[in-house]
Amino acid sequence: MLLQIVASGLSSGSIYALVALALVITYKTTGVPNFAQGEMAMFSAFVAYVLIVDYNVGFVVAFGAALVFAFVLGIGFEGVFLRRTKNPTHLNLIIMTLGFQLALFGLAGWRWGADQRRFPFPVSANEVVHFGNVTVSTLSLATISIALVLMAAVFAFFRFTKLGVAMQATQQDAMAARINGVPARAVVALTFGISSVIGAVAALLTAPLITLDPTLMWDPLLKGFAAAVLGGMNTPIGAVLGGYLLGIVENLFGAYVSVEFKSAVAFLIIVIVLWFRPVGLFGRKPPRKV
Amino acid sequence: MTPRELDHYADVQLLPGKAAIAKLVVLLAVLAVLPFVVPGYRIFTLNYMAVFVIVGLGLSILVGDTGQVSLGHAGFMAIGAYTSVLAMTELGAPFLIALPAAGLVSAFFGFLLGLPALRLDGPYLAIATLGFGLAVTLIIGHGSFFGGHMGLVVPDAYLGPIPLSGDISHYFLIVGIAVVLALAARNLSVTRVGRAFRAIRDSPIAAETMGVDVAYYKTLSFTVSAAFAGIAGSLLALMNGFISPGVFSVTLSLMFLAMVVFGGLGSIAGAVLGSLVMGYVNLRMDAVQEIPIFGPMLQNFSDAYMSPSGLPNVGWVLTGSMIMLTIMFEPRGLYGVWLRIEDGVRWLRRRGASDGPAAGTG
Repeated sequence: MLLQIVASGLSSGSIYALVALALVITYKTTGVPNFAQGEMAMFSAFVAYVLIVDYNVGFVVAFGAALVFAFVLGIGFEGVFLRRTKNPTHLNLIIMTLGFQLALFGLAGWRWGADQRRFPFPVSANEVVHFGNVTVSTLSLATISIALVLMAAVFAFFRFTKLGVAMQATQQDAMAARINGVPARAVVALTFGISSVIGAVAALLTAPLITLDPTLMWDPLLKGFAAAVLGGMNTPIGAVLGGYLLGIVENLFGAYVSVEFKSAVAFLIIVIVLWFRPVGLFGRKPPRKV
Repeated sequence: MTPRELDHYADVQLLPGKAAIAKLVVLLAVLAVLPFVVPGYRIFTLNYMAVFVIVGLGLSILVGDTGQVSLGHAGFMAIGAYTSVLAMTELGAPFLIALPAAGLVSAFFGFLLGLPALRLDGPYLAIATLGFGLAVTLIIGHGSFFGGHMGLVVPDAYLGPIPLSGDISHYFLIVGIAVVLALAARNLSVTRVGRAFRAIRDSPIAAETMGVDVAYYKTLSFTVSAAFAGIAGSLLALMNGFISPGVFSVTLSLMFLAMVVFGGLGSIAGAVLGSLVMGYVNLRMDAVQEIPIFGPMLQNFSDAYMSPSGLPNVGWVLTGSMIMLTIMFEPRGLYGVWLRIEDGVRWLRRRGASDGPAAGTG
């Protein structure tokens, strides 16, 4: 029983971890959470949907196209809008991301309406695999493994490629990075592109689980924020661990306390963590400057 | 620089000079005549806009003056609405008690949310308030005491012996409260408290070294702002006759933030103006095809390229684009545009004045 709960917690936790990772890498670069993250991912999922259903394109091509779209959308958002903010205080940047979120949400609602659409996916949510007495759907299995592979790739990219290291340098201190020859502006745009792709993968994995409509990523986005806050907004690895932890805790709460208020766990965790340890479980307190 | 701008006592006056009093009198006269001039079905729209103005004033104190972000003001509004309705149905309280009760209960929750806010910077606070707004609607939606997702019907309200039914009586109540609260917000903003708020916004550490009690004023700002939203929620319940958790969604919170940004952060006039514009947009977009000329064009475009049922979403596209453009080109919003026009006029006048003698000597 307990193992079963943990297993399904890992599945939803994978999605939270992906969203949290996407949020944290741009948060580290700009200092603000990207509230448009969810809507950008939702839009990318719709691109895949349109290609598959309306144009009969194969899954691989459609998903690939959706990820390319997400990449361009991320770079475009940073280059066309975020960078043009006249007075880039935290408040103004947050408002920019909120504005983009509303605009994308409205566009998606306008184009595709509020109908709940079934999202075609090569792996079914109804077929199950047995591990001893733990039952996992093939979709969950796919979600967990895809998330693991993608996150491993992202961390390897940050750690072992020149570009990844340049990104980390820019996150730490953009000015110092520029002095050392890093094209900081291009790197920031690229960070948004990568973040958007990670978010889009989360959306593509969420859509077959529920149905596709413009509110697709509202719940995962809040959970992603909760996961990032829980693990630490400044540590990508912490945020990912926070995602898995949140998935498991939430499922335990749903099984033993109350199913109805399961979604409130995320908010509770945000409040508790911010109250007792604002830097998160795995974060370190940044020095404060006047 | 006129001496008045340097005079502290003139600065903190509620209505500086005769011109301001005259403006207020004209405004009140216009507001008093308005419901008898516009067509009857538009009065509901006016009421709706006035409710938005009340939320906007409160949010402007929090976001514009104190520099704290809130993405959960629809939650405070919900708390106010449900408090006043439940006070009337469960406790049998008259509306005159239920309305301030809504403000008080909402203010209490604002105080509670303000406590963790003491330790949090902008980004974290945005996430926490977003979660707060979601949690409120979630709890209301699942509690049978709150009517669940089906919502609650608002009972008939009386102001003493006068029945508060019909749009015109609602109009005078809501607009009257909006005017009083606007004056209160202005008074708060220009005096000691408002100065403390702005000092905290510009630099919390500097404010603290100058003797401003940062913890006290930050919490106060949240409390006052939540009280405004609570009162607005109670009035919204009254004018709608029905409340449900769906009304107070996260998108409504974002709409509230959008209106103070669009109007101009940190100015009362901007908050009022932005709320009026956005309130109108928000209400009209449900029937956008009825707007002359523009409406049918949009309808045709929508039928051809978009989904026919999704047309009301144009409102969100418009709202989102408006605040992005505001931040990109004029972060001070409509109020900033007004300041620029004033500057331009002054510059033209001065040039006209200096041109005169120059032409005479030549």
